[in-house]
Amino acid sequence: MSPVGAASWSFTEDDFHAITALLQKFLYESNARCALLVDRSGQLVATVGEQPTFDPTAFATLTAADFSANDQLAKLIGESDFNSLFHQGEKESMYLADIARRVILCVLFDNRTTLGLVRLKMKGVVDDLTKLFEQVFMRGQLGGAAAQTGLLAGADDEIDKLFQ
Amino acid sequence: MSMINYASREINCKIVYYGPGLGGKTTNLEHVYGKVKPDTRGKLISLATETERTLFFDFLPVDLGTIRGFKTRFHLYTVPGQVYYNASRKLILKGVDGIVFVADSQLERMEANQEAMQNLYDNMAEYGYDLTKMPFLIQYNKRDLPNAAPLKELQAALNPGWEVTEPGKQRLAPDPYHAGENLVEQLPTGEWIEHATYFEAVAVTGDGVFETLKAVSKLVLKSLA
Repeated sequence: MSPVGAASWSFTEDDFHAITALLQKFLYESNARCALLVDRSGQLVATVGEQPTFDPTAFATLTAADFSANDQLAKLIGESDFNSLFHQGEKESMYLADIARRVILCVLFDNRTTLGLVRLKMKGVVDDLTKLFEQVFMRGQLGGAAAQTGLLAGADDEIDKLFQ
Repeated sequence: MSMINYASREINCKIVYYGPGLGGKTTNLEHVYGKVKPDTRGKLISLATETERTLFFDFLPVDLGTIRGFKTRFHLYTVPGQVYYNASRKLILKGVDGIVFVADSQLERMEANQEAMQNLYDNMAEYGYDLTKMPFLIQYNKRDLPNAAPLKELQAALNPGWEVTEPGKQRLAPDPYHAGENLVEQLPTGEWIEHATYFEAVAVTGDGVFETLKAVSKLVLKSLA
């Protein structure tokens, strides 16, 4: 099993469009309100569907912490991890699922749909996203996120200036 | 684990403030939160106990400017310093890009500092990260207190240096923040060693807080370049 959350990574606009398209299809089929993708270190990758009224950055860090804490709980009871989590509220609920051990899909839904339908449709989108992210990470293994694209190559002067 | 988002043109990096309990990690973040413009920072999230001891972490996102058209967003985290919370402390290190070790300068906290430093090495090693090969610096906090240990003693205990074995790195590297001191130097025995950069601070008044943040952010961005 690959280590959780290792090495830098980057994704291109094409990746982003592919992710968004998959999530939009999922939201349409499941009738869920909103889907957020968060990486295991707590960075928000994408938000699709109804724009959340809360602070999505704070939400992303807490999601990653929630997932990590539950991973440890799983280990304590002899499981390698919990690959999905469900939090039920009176009106709003959320369902979280692991993608390729590096990203978390978090789906928010209310009583316009049911847990059963969300869970059913989630299985398909998790498989598709896992394939997509495995390709993204494979590319990343060829070099560090920035090194691979040369984004910050020779940017030393610019970095120095930023901190003057 | 820095993440580059080409769609929103952002570089996201994670910095963790580590150190013994009551050393001033949360105070560092609170000072940053209070001083940066509200449009360049997000909310300060604290998962703390009723007595304001960090239970899981504090979190503060800040934007430090634009490079090559990409917004640089730094996610600042603290860990719970109390020994008891090691399981949650370790989780915060996941995907870290840079570390600030906040040491408590008080003489009686020397042992707690050393324990926390050892704990940091151990937790990093469990993730397969090598602290000596990543952006890492030390902040000696509470320098204003009468019982603060001399800097030399703190340096000897917490920042004695690690051996440099790569021939390419075996050359004198002056410390850009302290004139007359070196980050990489050769001992009389012929061995090359490297120290972490350090800063003196009084986090409650804000002294040294931004110097530390700027230095670690710069190290992180340079590590990506």
